[in-house]
Amino acid sequence: MTLDLVPIWTVILALSVFMYVLLDGFDLGVGMLFPFAPGDKARDTMMASVAPVWDGNETWLVMGGLGLLTAFPLAFAIIIPALYFPVLAMLLGLIFRGVSFEFRAIAKTSGKRWDAAFFWGSLVATFAQGVVLGKFVLGFEVSGRQYAGSTWDWLHPFVLVVGVGLVFGYVLLGATWLVMKTEGGLQQWARAKARLASFGVLGFIVLVSVWTPFLHDHIAARWFSWPNMLWFSPVPLITALLFLWLWRALARDGDVAPFLASMGLFVLCYLGLAISLFPYVVPHTLTLWDAATAPEGQAFLLIGTMFLIPVIFTYTGWSYWVFRGKVRAGAGYH
Amino acid sequence: MDPVLLSRIQFAFLIAFHFLLPAFTIGLASYIAVLEGLFLWTRRPVYLRLSAFWVRIFAVSFGMGVVSGIVMPFQIGTNWSRYSELTAGIVGPLMGYEALSAFFLEAAFLGVLLFGRKLVPPWVHFGSAVIVAAGTLFSAFWILAANSWMQTPAGFEVVDGRFVPTDWIKAIFNPSFPYRLAHTVVAVYLTTAFTVIGVAAWYLRRGRYAEESRVMIMMGALLATVLLPLQLVIGDLHGVNTLEHQPQKLAAIEGIWEGGPGQPAILFAIPDEQLEKNHAEIGIPKLASLYLTHSWDGHVKGLKDFPKEERPPAVLPFFAFRLMVGMWLVMVAITLWAWIVRRRLRESPAFLRAATWSIPAGYLAVTAGWTTTEVGRQPWVVYGHLRTADAVSPNLTGADVALSLALYVVVYAVIFGAGLYYLMRLVQRGLPEELPEARPDARPARPLSAASDA
Repeated sequence: MTLDLVPIWTVILALSVFMYVLLDGFDLGVGMLFPFAPGDKARDTMMASVAPVWDGNETWLVMGGLGLLTAFPLAFAIIIPALYFPVLAMLLGLIFRGVSFEFRAIAKTSGKRWDAAFFWGSLVATFAQGVVLGKFVLGFEVSGRQYAGSTWDWLHPFVLVVGVGLVFGYVLLGATWLVMKTEGGLQQWARAKARLASFGVLGFIVLVSVWTPFLHDHIAARWFSWPNMLWFSPVPLITALLFLWLWRALARDGDVAPFLASMGLFVLCYLGLAISLFPYVVPHTLTLWDAATAPEGQAFLLIGTMFLIPVIFTYTGWSYWVFRGKVRAGAGYH
Repeated sequence: MDPVLLSRIQFAFLIAFHFLLPAFTIGLASYIAVLEGLFLWTRRPVYLRLSAFWVRIFAVSFGMGVVSGIVMPFQIGTNWSRYSELTAGIVGPLMGYEALSAFFLEAAFLGVLLFGRKLVPPWVHFGSAVIVAAGTLFSAFWILAANSWMQTPAGFEVVDGRFVPTDWIKAIFNPSFPYRLAHTVVAVYLTTAFTVIGVAAWYLRRGRYAEESRVMIMMGALLATVLLPLQLVIGDLHGVNTLEHQPQKLAAIEGIWEGGPGQPAILFAIPDEQLEKNHAEIGIPKLASLYLTHSWDGHVKGLKDFPKEERPPAVLPFFAFRLMVGMWLVMVAITLWAWIVRRRLRESPAFLRAATWSIPAGYLAVTAGWTTTEVGRQPWVVYGHLRTADAVSPNLTGADVALSLALYVVVYAVIFGAGLYYLMRLVQRGLPEELPEARPDARPARPLSAASDA
């Protein structure tokens, strides 16, 4: 008897992608807010708030990619080349964003250039990730075991809308992260920006949620057939409640609550996406089971993953704990 | 334009530039851990100052390594999707273990190493340095296991064209893996040693940091004295292993066209793929047979023993291999020179200048060695089983790849150019004025970029 490992791998993969979106989401969001910050001191503080953790956050992207490759190689071999240019743009954006942390600090006189690189890198990477997501929802043209479309098929209004939507989403995460990690004027500024971003996020959530069922009949059927409508009705309801909580916390000097509420919004969007697309891993042609690899390959990595993911959570949590509390500018270098 | 050739150029370009960074940071992580350990043990401030200095260099190099490394797994998806799909059962888990056992570990403890000196007790800080160093070595273990499997695949069966693992111990510890791992790790340690020696020599020549520079040069020379002869032995064993498992590659490296007994060691030649012979050949009779088969009359196969469509390119592996060996000789010369002038380093400007100019030796050697083994594997991507031409993503046009390659070249020119410039500036600024101090009472302070205090 062989155990069906597909559900376990689905959970691991979903977790990796989600960890990436949450964690790199806030530091990319900080990058996109960067040029609008009130002054260079504020920028130093913003960068300092993410400097010790950004590369760990980005590791979840590698984990997600390799999880997809290992567990669902057919999906990897169809999706990644179909997204050739969005992936390229994302990688180039991440390169500029990543090196800016160190380069900016050394290049004190020409540091402005790396401020710009930090902003544009974050923006391009985020938009490209939104395009990846949008194209994923839209689906891929498949023939046999290969991608049959062109490398430019992602140019579609829905896909571009999702790209812009994710920019607002990450900015919200970044702004609420800053509300949590900073104090004084910078925190007040971040509060205002979080509020602004939240309206954008609300608009794009509504737009994408209304648009998505029109893309494919089976998505509409999933949401609007009875009794599914009943089971899934908490998704929009809780989303609405989270927005109310977010606005209340932003207005009432909550430090941590806005960040938690924003993360909650991402959880709900992710859940909504999963409801729309399950069980496809290459929407709307190949299911998770169609694209799964031989169990031998899955099992070997699974053993290590089950053991190592809790360990990773432990020490990553510890490193966040070491840098807990408010980041203060001018406290000096150690 | 041929998408296969362009994709190969793109991959070679990206991995060559990426590898320059781990080639430095794997050794540097261990060096920093040793310096931190020596400081805890001896309490000599020189070790702490050196560690604080190299940590800044490490932060910049590691950051560049991370961003250029994230590109790599996506390359096999964007450009080599056929390869991905067919080999995922084996290559996927090996790279997955690299991420799980190395990347997360490095990232989490690097934050503490760079920014946490005041936030954690000294032994935790030292422990973080050790864990970062261990992480870089775990990473080398898994990625070289994956690479070696492509060179000498084992522990699998082919089902419907896909590679399915049957025995993981055999797949990981495939025939070339132990040699490649040892050879590469020693090579990157040497690369770091000669970078450290070269930087110290640069300081000494300007009369700066006499004590610290002497410590750096003698630590580097001591390591090189152990590792350079060891590398010769490992290299020889690796060559014998290649002869057994990849005879075409070995024939290309040695520049042998006609197989047979008593092969000469060719010092120089210009291999000609059209005429299937060498021009301007200078060789030492029978020597290649001796070191490859350990007998003067040992039989070694030549390129002409294999059909043309199964031969690797003849020119590139031949010259790249000689460049690598040449760089080894440069390192040997610098090390011997260092021992000769060790008591009067400051009065030996010729040595100091030569040592600084030898910084690139290690980087050239690893890049050349890598070129030798990867080009020598052609025309296969999985040796003997999957051809490179059959591994490329079918939807890509030549124009697609030309565009992406052009963008990568421009971006890497900017990023690596700037990176090199900033690293040189960090070296010019010199060692930290004050000793970094542990301050366990401090609450989270500003974890500003490690390099900012320069």
